[in-house]
Amino acid sequence: MKPIRAFLDKVRPNFEPGGRMSALGSVYEGFESFLYTPRTTSAPTLATHIHDAIDSKRAMIIVVLALMPCFFFGMYNTGYQHWLAAGQSTFPFWSLMFYGLLAILPKVVVTYLVGLGIEFAVAQVKKEEIQEGFLVTGILIPMICPVETPLWMLAVATAFAVIFAKEVFGGTGYNIVNVALVARAFLFFAYPAQMSGDDVFVATGTMFGFGPEVADGFTCATPLGQVAASSGQPAELTGIGGHLITMWDAFIGLIPGSFGETSTLCCMIGAAILLMSGIGSWRIMLSVLVGALFMGWIANEFASPLYPASYLKPGEQLLYGGLAFAGVFMATDPVTACRTKLGKLIYGFLIGVIAVIIRTYNNGYPEGAMLAVLLMNVFASLIDWMVVRSNINRRRARLISKTQKV
Amino acid sequence: MRVKLNKGLNLRLAGAVTDLTPVEVKASKYAIIPDDFPGFLPKLDVKEGVEVKVGTAVMHDKINPDLCLVSPVSGRVAAIVRGERRKILRVEIESDGLQTKESFDLKMPLATLLARCGLLAMFRNRPYDIVPDPTLRPRDIFVTAIDSAPLAMPLAAMLDKDASKVLATAVKALKSLTDGLVYVGINDEWPFDFIKDAETITFDGPHPIGNVGIQIANVSPVNKGDNVWTLDVVTLYKIGKLLSSGEIDSSTLVAVTGPEVLAPYVASTIAGVEMKALLAGKLKDDGANKRIISGNVLTGSSVGIDGYLRSPYRHVSVIAEGDDVDEFMGWASLSLSKLSVNQAIPFRRLRKLFSPDARLNGGRRAMILSGEYDKVMPADILPEYLLKAIISKNIDDMEALGIYEVAPEDFALCEFVDASKLPIQQIVRDGLDYLRKELS
Repeated sequence: MKPIRAFLDKVRPNFEPGGRMSALGSVYEGFESFLYTPRTTSAPTLATHIHDAIDSKRAMIIVVLALMPCFFFGMYNTGYQHWLAAGQSTFPFWSLMFYGLLAILPKVVVTYLVGLGIEFAVAQVKKEEIQEGFLVTGILIPMICPVETPLWMLAVATAFAVIFAKEVFGGTGYNIVNVALVARAFLFFAYPAQMSGDDVFVATGTMFGFGPEVADGFTCATPLGQVAASSGQPAELTGIGGHLITMWDAFIGLIPGSFGETSTLCCMIGAAILLMSGIGSWRIMLSVLVGALFMGWIANEFASPLYPASYLKPGEQLLYGGLAFAGVFMATDPVTACRTKLGKLIYGFLIGVIAVIIRTYNNGYPEGAMLAVLLMNVFASLIDWMVVRSNINRRRARLISKTQKV
Repeated sequence: MRVKLNKGLNLRLAGAVTDLTPVEVKASKYAIIPDDFPGFLPKLDVKEGVEVKVGTAVMHDKINPDLCLVSPVSGRVAAIVRGERRKILRVEIESDGLQTKESFDLKMPLATLLARCGLLAMFRNRPYDIVPDPTLRPRDIFVTAIDSAPLAMPLAAMLDKDASKVLATAVKALKSLTDGLVYVGINDEWPFDFIKDAETITFDGPHPIGNVGIQIANVSPVNKGDNVWTLDVVTLYKIGKLLSSGEIDSSTLVAVTGPEVLAPYVASTIAGVEMKALLAGKLKDDGANKRIISGNVLTGSSVGIDGYLRSPYRHVSVIAEGDDVDEFMGWASLSLSKLSVNQAIPFRRLRKLFSPDARLNGGRRAMILSGEYDKVMPADILPEYLLKAIISKNIDDMEALGIYEVAPEDFALCEFVDASKLPIQQIVRDGLDYLRKELS
C-alpha cells in the first residue's frame, strides 16, 4: 500500500490552505482518513494515552454490512416480482439479481452523490472533517422507498433530508430525527400519488432494456395495501398473478413492498449482525417486538370490520410491511433513539405500539412503522429527560435527608 | 464492610512488573512541578543557587501561605523554569547526595504541619479535585489503598513491613482533622492488619475500583456543600513516619512498566527524579517513536525522556507513540492486535496481552453511540449527561447530575472506550475549574 501513501503525500500540498485545490481540503482529508487511520495521538496531559480501537467509521460500516442481506434480497425480490408481473413461469436467479441491480444502482448512486455532495460542501464551509454518517443514510434511503420512485424525487428528498434534518442541527450526531426516514416521509407527503397505491411497489419497466416486458396498466398492491382496501374481514392476500401469499412468503420476503423492507428473514440476519457486534441495541429491538405484538394482540382481540387490519394476527403484523426493518435498522439509530437504558425500553415499546395503531386504526396509511419511528424520535429526548430526572431526584433526596439529619 | 462493583475494565497490557525487588536509581537532578497540584497557585520561596534540604519549602500557595511544596532532595536549586507569562513550569534541584533533612516541629496544629511539610499537597479535596484548603474541616477523609490502574504495582508493596503501626498512628492523627470518619479502602490482597480507628472497607472489582472517588460514591457520596479529603495509603504512611520522626521521607518506589520497556522493574528512588535515570538503556531499541508517561496510561502525563517523574511519583509507563505508523483502512482491520472492549472488533479475546500505541484510532465526533460510558462508570452518575451539562456550561445541571462527586480520573475509562474520541478528562477538568470560578 506504499504507492497510495506516496501519492497521498505527493498531492497533499495542493489541498492545504493556499494550495491550488484548497477548496477541496475536506474531501482530501475525508479520503485520507478513509484510507489510513489518522496519525493523531492523544494529548500529553489530562488525557488517556491509549484509546479503544473502535471509531465511528467502524460502527457505521457494520450497520452497512448488516443491511447487505436485505439489500441483496431486495435485488432478488425486485427481479422476482417483475418476472411475476410479466407472467413468466421460470425465475433465473442471476437474471433476477441483475435486473434488481439495474433497478437499484441508479438510486444508490443518486442518493450518495446528492447526500455526500452536500456533506462535503458543508464540511468544507465549516472547515471540519467529513463525517461518515451518510454512509448508512445513503444506502437506507433507496432501500425504504418503492422501487418505482423517480430518480429526481429521490434526489430532492435526499437533499431536503440532509439539509433540513441534519445539517441545520449541526451535522452527524446532532440530528433529532432519522435522516433516512425524513427523506421517506418527505416523499410520502410531497408526492403521495407516486409513493403509495397499487403500481409503485413492483418494477414494471425493463431496466435499460433488460428483463421481460410487462403489460400496460399492470397493478399490484402490497399485502398491507390489500388489507387496508378491503371492507370488513379481509379476504385472502394475493400476490401478483393471483396466487395466495403464505406466511412463509411474507417471512422470506417474496412479496411486493419497498426495495429492502420485505424480508423479515433478512432483517433478522441484520439484527444478528448488529447485536453480535454490539452496535445495535437489543433493548430497542426487543421492545419494538414486544410493543408490536402487544398492540397487535389487543387490536386482534377487538377486531372490527371498520378496521380491516385489526384482523391481522399479531405475528402477521411483524411479517408484513416495514415494521421488522424499522425495528432493526431505524429505531436503533443511536443518535435519534433514547440513550438511557430504561428510556430505550420505553422508546422501543411505544414504536411497536404506535406502528400497529397507525396501521390498524388509520385506513389512510396502510403502513405506520415509519411514522411511528419519526414520532418517537421526537419524543426520545423527553423520555430520556424523565429517566435522567430519576437520577437527579435520587441525588436531591440524598442531600435533603442529610440536611434534615443535621 | 465489603463492596463489590461489577462495572469497569481491567486492560490487559503487556509490560507488567513481575519482580517487585527494587533496584536503586540515583540521579543528579530532581524537579517539582506545580502543575501536578491542581488548585495550587505557586509563589516561589527560593532563588536559583540556594541550598535546600529535604523538606525545605520551595514554593507556597498564594491563598494559603502555609500550603507548601517542598524539596524532595538536599542540594542546590539548579534552575527555575518558566513558561508563557512567566508561569512556573518546574523547579529543578541538583542533589548533593546527602539527603540532609529539615526537621519539623510536631507541636504545630496537624493541618498546618501537613501543609508546611508538603504532605497536604498530596491530598485532594472533593469537590473540584484540588489541593485542600488547610483551614477547612472535611466531612470525612478517604484513603485508598488500591491502585487498580493498568500495569500499576500494588500500593501495599510500597510500604515497609511495620506499616500497620505507622498507619494506625497516622489515622489516629487524621481523625482529629474531621468530625466524620477516616475510611480506608482496601482489596483482598491487603497484606497488613486492618488499621485501628479507621473504617476499613474491602472493595472488589475491576478498575476504576482503586479511584478514591468511585469508593466515596459507593460508600458515602459527596453532596453539595460537603468537603471530603482524599489521599492514598502511601501518603498516609508518610504522615505516620513524619509524626514519629519529625522528618519527611521523600523516597519512593516506581514501577517502570509498559510494552516498550525491555525488562519492567521497580526502581527505588526519590520523588521528582529525572526520567533519563529511570529509563536509560531500559527501552526497546526498535526505532519506533515512544511515549514516556509518568503515571499510568489512563491518567498520566506524557513527559518525554527529558522530563521528570511527576506526582504521585510511583509509576512510569512507556508505550509506542504511533505517529510513525501507516495503517491502511484501520477501520476495516481484523487485526488481532487491536485493543478494544467492543464486539465490533472481533477476535479481541484471542490475545492475552496488548501493546497499544497512543493514537486516537479515529477522528473526533459528536457523541454517537449510546451507553458506552455507563459500562465503565461504577457509580450512580450518568456520564453522558453530566458531560453534556459541562460542555454546555449549565451549572444547575452539573450540580444536579453530580459534578461534586467526580474527578477527571474517574472518567479516564470513559475516554478510553469512547468511539467519538472526545477529550473527556479535559472536559471534566475544565468543568470543575469553571464551576469553582463561578461559585467562588
